[in-house]
Amino acid sequence: MIAPEQKAWADRKVPPVTGLWMLSLALIAGGVSYLAAYLPKRAPLAPAVGLLAASAIVLGIGVVLLARQREFAWTRFRQVAGWTFLAYVVIAGMIEYAFIYDHTRGAVLVVMTLMLLVFMLAPPLLVGFTVARFQHTS
Amino acid sequence: MSVPVAAAGHSVSAAVPETLNREAPVEILPVKALPVVAVIVAAVIAAIGTNSRWALDFFHVAGGGIWTALDLFLGFVLGPILGRLSIPARVELTKRLMPKLVLIIPVLVTMTLAAGFQLARYNGMLDTSFPRHTWVVASFAVVGVMAVIAIGLLEPANIAVLFELRKPQPNPAVIEKLMRRFIFTAGITGAMQIGTLIIMTRLAS
Repeated sequence: MIAPEQKAWADRKVPPVTGLWMLSLALIAGGVSYLAAYLPKRAPLAPAVGLLAASAIVLGIGVVLLARQREFAWTRFRQVAGWTFLAYVVIAGMIEYAFIYDHTRGAVLVVMTLMLLVFMLAPPLLVGFTVARFQHTS
Repeated sequence: MSVPVAAAGHSVSAAVPETLNREAPVEILPVKALPVVAVIVAAVIAAIGTNSRWALDFFHVAGGGIWTALDLFLGFVLGPILGRLSIPARVELTKRLMPKLVLIIPVLVTMTLAAGFQLARYNGMLDTSFPRHTWVVASFAVVGVMAVIAIGLLEPANIAVLFELRKPQPNPAVIEKLMRRFIFTAGITGAMQIGTLIIMTRLAS
């Protein structure tokens, strides 16, 4: 049997940052799919820039909502998000290398790199938050 | 796919902590397996670097096949079984299964997608002039959705449940919530893999 206080702890309300950061990732996935669909030709950049901007805004809203939390296991969040971020820096570095190796240049490279930056930030935040939300602050 | 904890008649606060206190702490990442991961990643990079048709085919087909089978197995076979186990049995299985999945799933995804993208470049399938280019774009969309689900829900749940199991007194409600999320999302990605299989066989035939 699960004690009521254990269930209450598991179900306590938290800001909807998981949904926001998943939306941010989805917008990036949409932008990358859009650009890749035009390969090897160059896609019109405006839709991709729009998706990137929307993604960055949604990511930022999530960060602000989380930053306002007082009762939150920030130490655990920083620990988990930090290590995950390190892993994603390596992944993003390899992808960036592939962009340059494949002769991606100019504005397309800038947009792709900025998309990669959002991609590099969202997963560590998601993992760190999911772990920390179930940790006690004391 | 549901994981109802309350089905068991055991007292969790009595059974789980005693078991956990006696045993070694739960491993988040199986460090011993990292050299194997390094070898696989190096082999994928070598396959891409040399444009070896066979190696790219191997990593894409083998990786995709195992990934699909694993997702379907987790979502539709192991998930319902897990839901009917007693809480201590479920905790024991979770402790042993989840650390392995922390490595297995990302490695399978990386080798499948990286080799697949290079294979598509090599075969000219990425080019908009390719007759079935629409199917290629459809595969981007399916993979994009699966990636968002996997990165946003599945992998964080996997890691969070391991952190919960490391506590002296894990909260079964948290484990239930996270495992339900894990198995449910594995089922969704498994179902989407069927879409990928349709797309891939259309492209290959």
